[in-house]
Amino acid sequence: MALLRLEDVTKVFRTGLFGGQEIRAVEDVTMEVKEGEIVSLVGESGSGKTTIARMILRFYRPTKGRIYYKGRDVWRLRGDEVKWYYSEVQGIFQDPYSSFNPIHRVERILYKTLHHFHPSLGGRGVEERIREAIERVGLHPGDVLGKYPHQLSGGQLQRLSIARALLVEPSLIIADEPVSMLDASTRIDVLNIFADLRDKEGLSVLMIGHDILLANYVSDRVVVLYKGNIVEEGPAKPVFVNPLHPYTGMLLESIPRLDKKWEKRLEEKAEEEEYTAYRLKGCRFAPRCPAARKICFEAKPPTLKLEERSVACWIYSDYGEKS
Amino acid sequence: MREEVLRVDGLKVWYSVGGSYVKAVDGVSFTVYRGEVFGIAGESGCGKSTLVSSLVLLKPPMRHMGGRALFHGKDLFSMSGEELRKIRYKGISIIPQFALDALSPTKRIRDIILDLAAVHEPNLTKREVLERAEERLRLVSLSPKVLDMYPVELSGGMRQRAVLVVSTLFNPELLIADEVTSALDVTTQRVVLELLLEFLKAGIIGSIVAVTHDIASLYQIADRMMIMYAGKVVEIGPAEELVKRPRHPYTQALISSIPSLGVTYKEKRLSGLKGSPPNLRDPPPGCRFAPRCPYAFERCGEEPPAVELGGGHVFYCWLGVR
Repeated sequence: MALLRLEDVTKVFRTGLFGGQEIRAVEDVTMEVKEGEIVSLVGESGSGKTTIARMILRFYRPTKGRIYYKGRDVWRLRGDEVKWYYSEVQGIFQDPYSSFNPIHRVERILYKTLHHFHPSLGGRGVEERIREAIERVGLHPGDVLGKYPHQLSGGQLQRLSIARALLVEPSLIIADEPVSMLDASTRIDVLNIFADLRDKEGLSVLMIGHDILLANYVSDRVVVLYKGNIVEEGPAKPVFVNPLHPYTGMLLESIPRLDKKWEKRLEEKAEEEEYTAYRLKGCRFAPRCPAARKICFEAKPPTLKLEERSVACWIYSDYGEKS
Repeated sequence: MREEVLRVDGLKVWYSVGGSYVKAVDGVSFTVYRGEVFGIAGESGCGKSTLVSSLVLLKPPMRHMGGRALFHGKDLFSMSGEELRKIRYKGISIIPQFALDALSPTKRIRDIILDLAAVHEPNLTKREVLERAEERLRLVSLSPKVLDMYPVELSGGMRQRAVLVVSTLFNPELLIADEVTSALDVTTQRVVLELLLEFLKAGIIGSIVAVTHDIASLYQIADRMMIMYAGKVVEIGPAEELVKRPRHPYTQALISSIPSLGVTYKEKRLSGLKGSPPNLRDPPPGCRFAPRCPYAFERCGEEPPAVELGGGHVFYCWLGVR
């Protein structure tokens, strides 16, 4: 059974003066995270990836659809069940500088979290747990204890936010762009922490990000989102080596690489207006897609499933099993 | 002989903060030639943005503490305000960091352009200015309708293209592009970088200084690259050479921390750089990377020498003379 399962999750935001405009920021998203795996939700700005993270963490209520954790509907938890949920599922966010109360020292920040979830723990036990959590993320307790958040670097702070999440002993971490504000030379070590914890302790991670290269480095599976729709998903390697959706292909072609220079110019139609794609009846990528046909603008593409992979694109409409 | 456009020589720009100095740019030298893309890369706090913004507008708490920056032989740091104002946009133009928010929100793009033209290109008629603007907008695949729009009506990618048009409208000899693509999605990033190159090829821009934390995207467009660490230059060279055969341990660490296409944790565990950059109020003597360098030895406590490798490839490190 999947640890986390999203079923037809949709989130509609209203904008405009009288809420007259609807933005379907997330539309009919169905996906899973299994035990002991790292799944990356990859997409650019406006893809709905952060909205999905917030719905899982119970910050936004889905307009439609259900989110199940260990078979229980996350949005129907009551009272103590909510606390149980957060002891199982912890969030880590993009900006480590604003994730900590600036007036408290590191040990107090960590103690508060520990005390909230394990109020009976006291004395030496507390100190040991805090030191152990700091060591688990590759920091030396001596370097960070006694310091205020502003005295630490972004990389140290992001490790500490992982340490804080680990104190709770969660089974699943929802990490929303955990490395995008860090320097390139410190990113990889934060990803290594997640992968080490997965391999040694069976932790599951849903990592949300825009960098498909980093997603591929650390993930078991990748889900590619475009303007609220899943366009492709599957095990990381095959998606990366042989992308099926034109959007995934474009993402991969646009990655700046150190082993190869871009050759010809990227084939892309310029977007004319930011929000028009959300109003399309058909594929939301169609306005930018070099392979778009008439049908792409008129109807939602079918999702084709091939073994462990799936792709939603009209190119494949003549093949295989449809859902 | 290549024509020198900008020669920076031993430049020091410090921040005066509460009675002490933060040595953000501390003795930096390099030359930019006509027709090239010169890339400056480094991580947060290395001084790259301070360096280029001091060339355009030195303002407190920034302080010029030494060295020169010769633009066509004239020192930018000894020019009067009036002289500098004349150079802006036509001589040196900058797309500053966070340029997406740099356009005045209460003016239509048309008015932003006309106001700039009135100051920097007073000989052109309104009509000539707008015709040029329309032509440039077409070059970046924006419709002339954009002229009648407010900046907030444009998406990130469209706005960055509009900023490119505005900042190069008067054909600058040198365009400084500071982190122009870091807030953009990868697909848009590529489009904007390719447009920069197109503007250079078309002769709209004379030379480009591109500043970024993203060495891989810089490699795509730069002819030569300079790597900075903690206020100092650690390595300069032709982009190809520097990326394929980096010699400074910091450049090596920076490059190896970026996964190449298809590298995975399961097959090859990469490792990042340990530790953090030094406090620039009180940097370590000698090589500033030494405290994090796996190869550091005693000599690193002294100012590292410039080691020339030929072809303009230089690195500053004691390992080169051992």
